[in-house]
Amino acid sequence: MHDVLIGAKILSKNEEIAQRTRKEFNQRGIFSINLVSSPGSGKTSIVEKTVERLKDRIKIAVIAGDIQTDLDSKRLKKYAIPVKQITTGRACHLDALMVRRVVPWLFVQGGVELLIIENVGNMVCPAEYDLGEDMKVAVMSVTEGDDKPLKYPSLFHASRLLLINKTDLLGYTDFSVDRACENALKINPALRVFETSCVTGAGLDTWCDHLEEMVECQATIDGQ
Amino acid sequence: MHEMSITLSMIDIVNDEMRKRGVERLERLKIRVGKLTAVEPQSLLFCFDVCTRDTPLEGARLDIEEVPISGTCMDCNEEFHLEGLLSLCPRCEGGRIEKISGNELDIVSMEVV
Repeated sequence: MHDVLIGAKILSKNEEIAQRTRKEFNQRGIFSINLVSSPGSGKTSIVEKTVERLKDRIKIAVIAGDIQTDLDSKRLKKYAIPVKQITTGRACHLDALMVRRVVPWLFVQGGVELLIIENVGNMVCPAEYDLGEDMKVAVMSVTEGDDKPLKYPSLFHASRLLLINKTDLLGYTDFSVDRACENALKINPALRVFETSCVTGAGLDTWCDHLEEMVECQATIDGQ
Repeated sequence: MHEMSITLSMIDIVNDEMRKRGVERLERLKIRVGKLTAVEPQSLLFCFDVCTRDTPLEGARLDIEEVPISGTCMDCNEEFHLEGLLSLCPRCEGGRIEKISGNELDIVSMEVV
């Protein structure tokens, strides 16, 4: 009997695929975000409102991940932008290979500047899987409670931006935006927080302007 | 539960290594799981047991070393371990922390016959 050293990352295959995707996205000037949240925090509404505001300013494509149904991609059809549904079957998260399989589709859309990947609604598993995106964006909503970052720290740790959504419901809950921010920043002090409501539209312009800036910034880096 | 797909990735790597080395039986597999990952060791043990049944890996022991979260404070240079996931320096409460460990999800070694 003897010991054999391996020294491999368990998710090395996923990471290799993700790195390849990221490189190709960057070469083509595509900035990509991976939207992650628990089910029902308003990811699809955020995608809709974001597309509504930005589609005449930048070329957007969306990949929507769900365990079952293409209801999300149907909701996005009215905006006449490229939308691809990935149905995972049973898996609770998207992985790099699932995204990899739709990359050829994305590239024939031509000139896409922003790719929004809407992950399967789940706050735990998607945090572990790199899809090749430029950054993860966490979404939490007012009805979920302001202690969410402490309960599900991995996602907040892995994300660069946080959207606190459904702020129109603040008056009906004891949710405190300050406390939520404080909790999120304890986990990840570099996190940038946006407050949004897809019902009143509050905060969406600020979020979209920031997103557009990031797309432009990425284009400048890629162009060099 | 993503521990199942993590287990399958792990088994793929082990099978490759065993094939490469012409080894037929695995006695023990050592892995490291950082406490910053969203991976539950107990679930990994369960999945490993289920996924290796009726395969050459059946009966192998899975040893999981949990790696604590540690970091260096970029403001006061304090090096520290963290029990929870809060990322503030215990000395100066600064938030600019460089993580040293906690993100591991690695196969360390295998004991083969």
